[in-house]
Amino acid sequence: MIVATILVLFMTIPGLALFYGGLVRQKNVLNIFMQCFILAAAISLEWIMFGYSNAFGSSSGVLKPFIGGFNWAFLKGIKITDPSPYFISQPVERIPHIVFIMFQCMFAVITPALIIGSFAERIKFRGFLIFSLLWAILVYNPVAHWVWSADGWLCKLGALDFAGGTVVHINAGVSAIVCAVLIGKRKYYEGHPTPPHNVPMVALGAAMLWFGWFGFNAGSGLAADALAANAMMVTHIATAAAAFTWASLDWIINKKPTLVGTATGAVAGLVAITPASGSVGIGGAIAIGMAVSLICFFMVSVVKPKLGYDDSLDAFGVHGVGGIIGAILTGVFATKAVTGLYLPNGGVSGALYGNIKQLLIQLVAVFTTILYSGILTFILFKITDKAFGIRATVEEEIDGLDITQHNEIAYNETE
Amino acid sequence: MKKIEAIIRKEKFEEVKKALFDVDIEFFTYWDATGIGKQKERVVFRSQSVKTDQIQRRQLSIVVRDQNVEKTVNAIMKAAWTGEIGDGKIFVSNIEQAYRIRTGESGPESLYVKEAEALA
Repeated sequence: MIVATILVLFMTIPGLALFYGGLVRQKNVLNIFMQCFILAAAISLEWIMFGYSNAFGSSSGVLKPFIGGFNWAFLKGIKITDPSPYFISQPVERIPHIVFIMFQCMFAVITPALIIGSFAERIKFRGFLIFSLLWAILVYNPVAHWVWSADGWLCKLGALDFAGGTVVHINAGVSAIVCAVLIGKRKYYEGHPTPPHNVPMVALGAAMLWFGWFGFNAGSGLAADALAANAMMVTHIATAAAAFTWASLDWIINKKPTLVGTATGAVAGLVAITPASGSVGIGGAIAIGMAVSLICFFMVSVVKPKLGYDDSLDAFGVHGVGGIIGAILTGVFATKAVTGLYLPNGGVSGALYGNIKQLLIQLVAVFTTILYSGILTFILFKITDKAFGIRATVEEEIDGLDITQHNEIAYNETE
Repeated sequence: MKKIEAIIRKEKFEEVKKALFDVDIEFFTYWDATGIGKQKERVVFRSQSVKTDQIQRRQLSIVVRDQNVEKTVNAIMKAAWTGEIGDGKIFVSNIEQAYRIRTGESGPESLYVKEAEALA
């Protein structure tokens, strides 16, 4: 579990930083790296102070299903020898509580980092940081509580989200589209992406995400058992199917298979299998991988240019849409062969095996997350914008955020 | 003395270079240039097919003696030709003076190596 935790941190820095950093223009690459780094620092501190307690602790009365309390603020009362109160299957020996806290901390870090892709290349650093902290406290922590805390209302409803399809991807992806629309298009944006400044960096970042995602999904089993092994396998297979599908689509539609496209397909596959990794088998994994690439490809290459919004790095088109597809298809392809490993009464199956109820539960989870995340993001963005200003000035945007926000240049010319 | 500036397709550069060598033009400067033209080219960014008016080409700058202008232009014209739109352009202009830094020679003298000329 310690290794899985490190793998999940590795997804944000350097994985996501490289992936997003390669996609932007070279005058903005440091700003992306800096945003990922500062979130790793700031959100971790917030997590220890009260974030973990709000997400996984317990409150009383009417708030109980919606938000945890402050009983574990500053990890009060948690001894380093305590076993984790959270476990999935019945393990022989439970992991230490503090390892679970650290593992979940990395999820809290990467989620707001995913939103970076929507407002990239045109945001003030101060506004970004304040917005992200507010978002972590008021959006991430409650939704994590709903889905993953034993008291959470979606958990009690029976929503399946093994590793964060709703909590991480839909949550961040929906916020991304709201942010992209509110902040407005980049100056001189003509309805198409700017060329990535460093494609090898994009591919390297995507490779690190793939690598780290085993910690994300298999680690969510919280034990080294058959369930985690299956999560690892379906994660890999869905990703392979998605990457291959995207490359094929590129080849057929744009005449050439592209590396950026294949890397994007891999990420879409990883996103979509996340909620399903504790409930589907190989067949479901391949179907999910292929479906997500087909739909995300269509979103990125047709719908986005048609609607004209500027989601710079497709945070919504890949994470939001991929997460929604994954969460819904979890309710289709879930099989008792997998869920029976840890859920009571021999587990649950999906619509494919005649259980329509599970699909409806997934739809409830998806739509409430979309609504909550969308509305709260709108409010927090507006408040931050009014109080501190979010959009960079035209001059800052033209000169690049590296020099104007951080006084640094990525690639210095030397003699 | 004349300056010949040619804008050609990048993929034609090696052929043009060879053609110039074949007519004994062995000194020139070149760089990659981006231009805006009548044409639009299709590029794909992240699976989105986009039309761009920024065209990538290579530009050559050659200073020659007057008697060599015609053969230089002809060599480039022949080697850079595909017949498709976007083959490029050639401009010829006057050069007032030229110097060779090492020897202090000036004028047309500074544009060629006498020993090589004698051997030819």
